[in-house]
Parts: sequence; C-alpha cells; structure tokens
Amino acid sequence: MTATATPPAKAKGGLFGPDEIKAIKDPLWDNNPIALQILGICSALAVTTRLDKALVMGLGVTFVTALANLIISSIRNFIPNKIRIIVQLVVVSGVVIVFDQILKAYMFDLSKQLSVFVGLIITNCIVMGRLEAYAMGNKPWRSFLDGIGNGLGYMWILAIVGAVREVFGSGKLLGAQVIPASLYEAGYVNNGLMVLAPGAFILLGIIVWVQRSISGYSEK
Amino acid sequence: MTAMLAFFNDEGLVSVLLKSIFVENILLSFFLGMCSYLAVSKRVDSAIGLGIAVIFVQVLTVPMNWALQTYVLGEGALAWAGFPDSDLSYLQFLTFIASIAAVVQVVEMAVDKFSPKLYAALGIFLPLIAVNCAILGGSLFMVERKYDFVQAVTYGFGSGIGWALAIVSMATIRWRMRTAHIPAPLRGLGITFITTGLVAMAFMTFSGI
Repeated sequence: MTATATPPAKAKGGLFGPDEIKAIKDPLWDNNPIALQILGICSALAVTTRLDKALVMGLGVTFVTALANLIISSIRNFIPNKIRIIVQLVVVSGVVIVFDQILKAYMFDLSKQLSVFVGLIITNCIVMGRLEAYAMGNKPWRSFLDGIGNGLGYMWILAIVGAVREVFGSGKLLGAQVIPASLYEAGYVNNGLMVLAPGAFILLGIIVWVQRSISGYSEK
Repeated sequence: MTAMLAFFNDEGLVSVLLKSIFVENILLSFFLGMCSYLAVSKRVDSAIGLGIAVIFVQVLTVPMNWALQTYVLGEGALAWAGFPDSDLSYLQFLTFIASIAAVVQVVEMAVDKFSPKLYAALGIFLPLIAVNCAILGGSLFMVERKYDFVQAVTYGFGSGIGWALAIVSMATIRWRMRTAHIPAPLRGLGITFITTGLVAMAFMTFSGI
C-alpha cells in the first residue's frame, strides 16, 4: 500500500495536482469527518481509552476507506444504481476482513482489546459516506487520496482524545508512566471518569467546540 | 424453584435484559449507533419511529445471526453437514452484514404489504438501519459473550429497548434546548455530546443493580 501512496510525483497528468492535494488536505481540517461532517463517531469514542488503541483504529479506518474508495471508484460505472449499497457493503466487509486478519496475525493482544470494533468499521459512516459522496463520482486515484485524507482526519482527532483520556485517566501514555509518582504523593488522583463513557462524550464535545471556534463553522 | 432462580442469577434472563437496557446500554456505554442517534434526535416523533424500528430489527437479526454462527460459521459448526473441522469464522462480518441487509429489505417489503400505515411511519427509517452499528454490534457482542438462543433473543430485545430509550430521552432534551443560549461553535454537535455525557453519567448509576 505504501508503494502506491508514494509514486513518482511527475507522472503523466500530475499525480499530485491541485485537485489531488485538495482531496487529501480538505478532510484534515476544513471538512474534518468527525468535527464537521459528523461521521464515524461510534468507534471514535469506544476505542480511545488508550492512545495505542486509538492509533491502530485510525490506521484501520484509513486503510479501509482508501482501499474501498479505490475499488468502488474503479467499478463505479458497472454498479447498478439500485443495489449499490449492497455492493458497497460487500466490498467494505471484504477489506475489513483483510485488515482484521492482518491485525490478528501481527498484533493479537491489541485485536483482542479492540474486540468487536474492528468489525464495526464496516458500519463506520465515514467509509460509507465517502463511498457515496466521493468514490461514486470521481476517478480511482483521487478517491484513494480522499480516503487517505479522511482516514487521517479521523485519526488525529482520535489520537488527541486517546492521549487525553490515557494521561488523565490512568496517568500513562502508550503504557509508560508520564505523571510522576511525586505528584501522587502530593495528593493527585487519576480521574476515573476519563476512562468511562461519559468522559469520552464530554471530551469529544469540547474538542468539537475548539475545532469549530477556530475554523469558524457553526450550525444553525 | 430452581427454574425460577435461573431467571435471576448472574447469567439469567432478567439479568441479561436489565444489563442490556440500563447498565450496558449499547449507545451510552458502547457508543454504538451514534451516527443515526445524532442525526435523528432533533425531533421526538422521528426519534420514537427510529427507536421502534431498531427494536424490531434487533429482535429479528440477533437470533438469526445466532443461528448462522452456531450452525454455519463457528468452529465445527458444520458437523451436521459432514465437515466436523470447518471454521468459517473469518466470513463472520460479511455474512452478518449481508443477513442484516436482507432482513431489513424483507421487513421493509412485508411492512409495506401488510400495514401501509406502519410503513408510512417507519418506512424512511428502515434503510438507515442496515448501516446502524448498533445492529451489527449487537450481533457481534452476542457471539463474543457466547449467549445461547433464548439469551440471544432477550439480548436483542433489551439492547433495542436501551437504544430507543436513549434516543427518545435525548430528543426530548434537545427539543427543550432549542431556545437556550448556546455559544455558536458549541451549538449542534458539541452541546449534544456534552449533554449525552451527562445522560450517560446518569445511566452509570444503574451499575449497582
């Protein structure tokens, strides 16, 4: 996959023309899937109790969105309009199964902890949303980049939520203690709420608030 | 007497039911079905419609996927067909999502045929459900927790009710919040998340039961 992601920049037609750059850059901030398009929230909250889980989940969604976008976009002219949802679901489940098997083979512990949420990438609205909104009407290469961009836009928000929840919820980051023991002796206590569901909701609410204050977007 | 007790112990049906509705609410503690929850909780009547549709589909799909898992997909599940060491569990995602999509399609056609009135109320929500992660999540949790058939039916029913309860209560809260003064960037998604966090905190108090 990385081989196709870094092709020679000066191939014919300009593989990284302005449109391609836009496809990958837009979802990172201006049209962020979580903060602005409100897609893919389910897994964003469930897997973020620790940073490593959040990062792997982000990689998974990037992988699935990019590949599913590429495949659907390549066959978009052959899909009958009436059954396109079923076709999309089948392609997405196929890609998710591949990712799940890779995860089970190389990171078994992590795949056990992510449990059902790897499978739930299938119903992650980012994947279906991008297929419907982008891949059905654009060329394969650009759709592939759009998938990468949306996956990364999803990943950085997940990484922030995961990092904050891990640091304040258990005093660790990627499993290493970051809050010094002297602080605990001085009376500091981990905030147990952070690792529970309500902490995730409130934290994501605040991140959306900050992102929208900076980008100037507001709902009516 | 022992039969009665079996209903109330840790693995009993009452416990599965209460757990799936309150303590381990599929939306508020596992975050499943957030997308349609956020999109549809603006109005109370549509929230009720979608809630009922989710209960309905959940009660059908969880037991059906239970049967698929037990007799086709699981390790050694094909013994009845003469393949004692088959293990098709890597096809789980694909099969489950296909069976959910099929059930939704059949339910939609059946409701349309037999009760046009109900179809008018639920019709637009049914297609949304095929991609609702609460449905697929319910089936995956059922496999992971190794429920038997009766427990699977109970769990499907309970998790559906829990989801409906969460979305309807959120819709009523959002309806009341329309007139509140909320900072512009916080409006919509942001405040909904924070309110959901508070509702989830309230639901956590059930965990002592």
